[in-house]
Amino acid sequence: MEIIYTIWLRNMLRFVRSKSRIIGSISMPLFFLLFLGFGLNSVVQLPGIGGNYILFLVPGMVAMSVMFTSVFSGIQVIWDKQFGFLKETLVAPVSRLEIMLGQTAGGATTAVLQGFLILVLSLFIGLQVSRVTGFLIALLFMVLIGISFTAFGIAIASRMEDMTGFQLIMNFVIFPIFGLSGALFPISSLPAWIVPVTMLDPLTYGVEGIRYGLTGVSQINPLVCFAVIGGFSLTMTAIGAFLFRKIKI
Amino acid sequence: MTVALQIQNLSRHFNDLVAVDNISFEIRQGEIFGLLGPNGAGKTTTLSMLATMLEPTSGSATVNGIDIRKDPDGVRKSIGIVFQDQSLDEELTAWENMDFHGRLYRIPKATRNRRITELLTLVELNDRRDDIVKTFSGGMRRRLEIARGLLHYPAVLFLDEPTLGLDPQTRNHLWQYIATLAQDNGITIILTTHYMEEADRLCDRIAIIDHGRIIAIDTPKNLKDGLGGDLVTIGSPEPAAVAAALREPWVARVETHNDNVVVSLKNADRHVSSIVTLLNTLQIPITSITIHKPTLEDVFLSFTGKTIREEEAGIKEQMRMHQKMLRH
Ligand SMILES: Nc1ncnc2c1ncn2[C@@H]1O[C@H](COP(=O)(O)OP(=O)(O)OP(=O)(O)O)[C@@H](O)[C@H]1O
Ligand SMILES: [Mg+2]
Repeated sequence: MEIIYTIWLRNMLRFVRSKSRIIGSISMPLFFLLFLGFGLNSVVQLPGIGGNYILFLVPGMVAMSVMFTSVFSGIQVIWDKQFGFLKETLVAPVSRLEIMLGQTAGGATTAVLQGFLILVLSLFIGLQVSRVTGFLIALLFMVLIGISFTAFGIAIASRMEDMTGFQLIMNFVIFPIFGLSGALFPISSLPAWIVPVTMLDPLTYGVEGIRYGLTGVSQINPLVCFAVIGGFSLTMTAIGAFLFRKIKI
Repeated sequence: MTVALQIQNLSRHFNDLVAVDNISFEIRQGEIFGLLGPNGAGKTTTLSMLATMLEPTSGSATVNGIDIRKDPDGVRKSIGIVFQDQSLDEELTAWENMDFHGRLYRIPKATRNRRITELLTLVELNDRRDDIVKTFSGGMRRRLEIARGLLHYPAVLFLDEPTLGLDPQTRNHLWQYIATLAQDNGITIILTTHYMEEADRLCDRIAIIDHGRIIAIDTPKNLKDGLGGDLVTIGSPEPAAVAAALREPWVARVETHNDNVVVSLKNADRHVSSIVTLLNTLQIPITSITIHKPTLEDVFLSFTGKTIREEEAGIKEQMRMHQKMLRH
């Protein structure tokens, strides 16, 4: 526990010190929220939540912020490899599992804080969180998304020599996962042939879970969401831990 | 005599390349032991195996009596290491880097804080403890890394090129400090270096390693004495003729390096006139002649056929490449 805390603490120190990174990573979801939200608000007709597209979009943007930040946090292991810091950690008498779990905890926390920032900013554009339980449910799903994708990032970083492959991962894994997740459009209004793909996308369940917490309405049963994204986070952690154990420096 | 490190037939291959080739030696507790060798000789690979960062291909070693293969965690607890390449978190302060290390080694808070202050003071960084490492010079970073390596009271300290790229003043300072460490605390130190005179001054024993093999291992004094006395370096356009002419009973050894012939002999100051007379009678031209006491530099040259300066040019190039990589 002590070791996990130590690695987590380092991630937190780096987080609070990187103002530009914080602003950088909230700018994209914020941009989406404002332009897409206000731009399409009158065009898109939504069943359920009073037809308000912006409020529909908020959970998606929170999920996006959490996901992107956590992938970046996981990938940070590559920088540690290149800048030599990873050696310092690996030569200490601690298990690699502890290091990996600490990194996951740190990445997930960073990501949840970023998502929380989007959530707070959303309060200014009409989001209303009346139920504490709803907020806690949203938080739970943010944590699960954070864990899943930090572990995913660590798994990728464990197999990559440098950042050259990163763009590929972004374009062919991260963006599709985000785009297909139902973060931008309701599942019910998607073309029929995309729906099965969306249902295979683990992020869909994270987004729907946050949506249930924040708006009280979701198109997938929240318990199903919890089971899927919970299972996904455990699987990713296991894969990440396995690959990190074999990391070469 | 307590043995701190025992290395037996240790080898490491990278595919077809034999980086470390069946080396065996012992290092006593409290000894400062130097590994000297040209680039790519296998120094870092050897240290990596001893620090359990790299699996040996074959052979075995114990550190403080603990087998590096059977109990790597036990080994890790008892060693400190300063890597050849930097390994600090540049976005953290000096204190935070130390604190991270202390926590990883599970040093209780009170001890940790006291020890960090103590060590930062020792390497003269205590007044900069809350500055981000990014703002540190190369020498300051190196000092911080050495302080960090000592934080958990290691019984054995590995230093891979600890003074590479530092200015002479900082270098001197660091070496003094390393010497005190071994003397006062009984820490066993294994270091690699390219600075011969300092290795000479500091190390109790030295192993010269080339192409993964130990080709000489002894005290600096014995290594130098092994050259057979003083060294006379004769510059000539006809080095082969000089070498042939000087195969005399009073000459211990003759070696040719480029245009220079190096002969070793006892009481060179008395024999130098005979050398000049001899070469003159044979009408072999001489462009220069110098006499000096043998240094480790000469030992190195004699064993590897290369001067360390040739090696160092390569190192500086490497350092530049490395820094370039870091900047990107
Ligand atoms: N991970 C690796 N994969 C392949 N070859 C390697 C690896 N690490 C080292 N080598 C090779 O092993 C040999 C020994 O390398 P090593 O780093 O131990 O040399 P060194 O004595 O420390 O050199 P230097 O003085 O330049 O630091 C070199 O030929 C190097 O190219
Ligand atoms: Mg080396």
